[in-house]
Amino acid sequence: MSALLSHLVRLLVENVFRISINSRLGESLHFFIYDSLKILLLLSFMIFAISYIRSFFPPEKTRQVLSKFGGFTAHLMASLLGIVTPFCSCSSVPLFIGFVEAGIPLGVTFSFLITSPIVNEVALVMLVGLFGLKIALVYVITGVLIGTFGGIIIGKLGLEKYVEEYVYQITTGQREEEKMTWKDRVQFAKANVKDIVKRVWLFILIGIAVGAIIHGYVPENFLTEYAGRGNPLAVFVAVALGIPLYSNAIGTIPVVEALIGKGVAIGTALAFMMAVTALSLPEMIILRKVIKPRLIGIFVSITGVSIVMVGYLFNFIL
Amino acid sequence: MKIRVLGAGCKNCAQLEQNVFNAAAELGIDADIQKIEDVAEIMKYGVMSTPALVINGKVVAAGRVLNTEEIKRLLTKQ
Repeated sequence: MSALLSHLVRLLVENVFRISINSRLGESLHFFIYDSLKILLLLSFMIFAISYIRSFFPPEKTRQVLSKFGGFTAHLMASLLGIVTPFCSCSSVPLFIGFVEAGIPLGVTFSFLITSPIVNEVALVMLVGLFGLKIALVYVITGVLIGTFGGIIIGKLGLEKYVEEYVYQITTGQREEEKMTWKDRVQFAKANVKDIVKRVWLFILIGIAVGAIIHGYVPENFLTEYAGRGNPLAVFVAVALGIPLYSNAIGTIPVVEALIGKGVAIGTALAFMMAVTALSLPEMIILRKVIKPRLIGIFVSITGVSIVMVGYLFNFIL
Repeated sequence: MKIRVLGAGCKNCAQLEQNVFNAAAELGIDADIQKIEDVAEIMKYGVMSTPALVINGKVVAAGRVLNTEEIKRLLTKQ
């Protein structure tokens, strides 16, 4: 499928634009058109599928499921549900309060909150499209592990006092779940595709364009020296750079793809992507409404350190 | 008819509110439409995912932006 698309784009570049695929310009152009089409198609199909599945896991149901588990299982479940439960960032506050109010331990709540942004659906789609299924799976599994163990550590530290007092005073009402027909679910999935594609397409195209230029023009192995396996600081720097880059999370991935082609180690790249999606300033600001700065600091440190460790691990084994 | 849109004020919540106004106008219903932004108030409805839509005290949808047609269908059912 992707080989066919690649071939068609090659024909377009060679026969319509009349530029040799072996020239630098031709190579960059092919990379840009091919990646743009591939990513946007993949994004639409996969967001649709993911959203359809997600319509079965509203936070209200997730809360119900989680309140039944304890110990390690609860953390693992919270982390897994963090992937499939849909919520927009402004729901973080009601979600947090709802979990705490249902008696779900703080550590388990954090397992959910850590994994949820790390395993970002757009990032996942782009990883499948650019690096293949294996790397995408590795990304999901590590995201779940970071969430599980991050939450366990936060749970062990006993940080309940750093939750804003008013959170404990709110009582949530009960309601019966609204029945969604399959038509509602399709509608929900379609609305999500439209919303996400509208929000990210420009970042993706800019990212792919920058990637294309790097792909065609940066000399082979230029970056190996600075960001390759040989540099022990590379992962650390990548994570530090990734945190403030949130607004361009999606556009950074094609850039990273091109950088990997030029010798950046894959663990460094994965760590960078996770930092970009998981540790965002807007998310911190929203969480500040329910937890005190100290706990936000601990959350960022644990997540950050875990991501750095994952980066080194992958540079070591891949 | 009492219609409440629950949401802290992000783009999705504003979109749902707008769609509710459109739906009510297209049906010619004289409804009491209000947006609720206070978290404690939102939680009382048992809702954790915003935006949510409440018609006459009953939560009919949560965590998604219903389009005008869907809202019209829900309103005529009441």
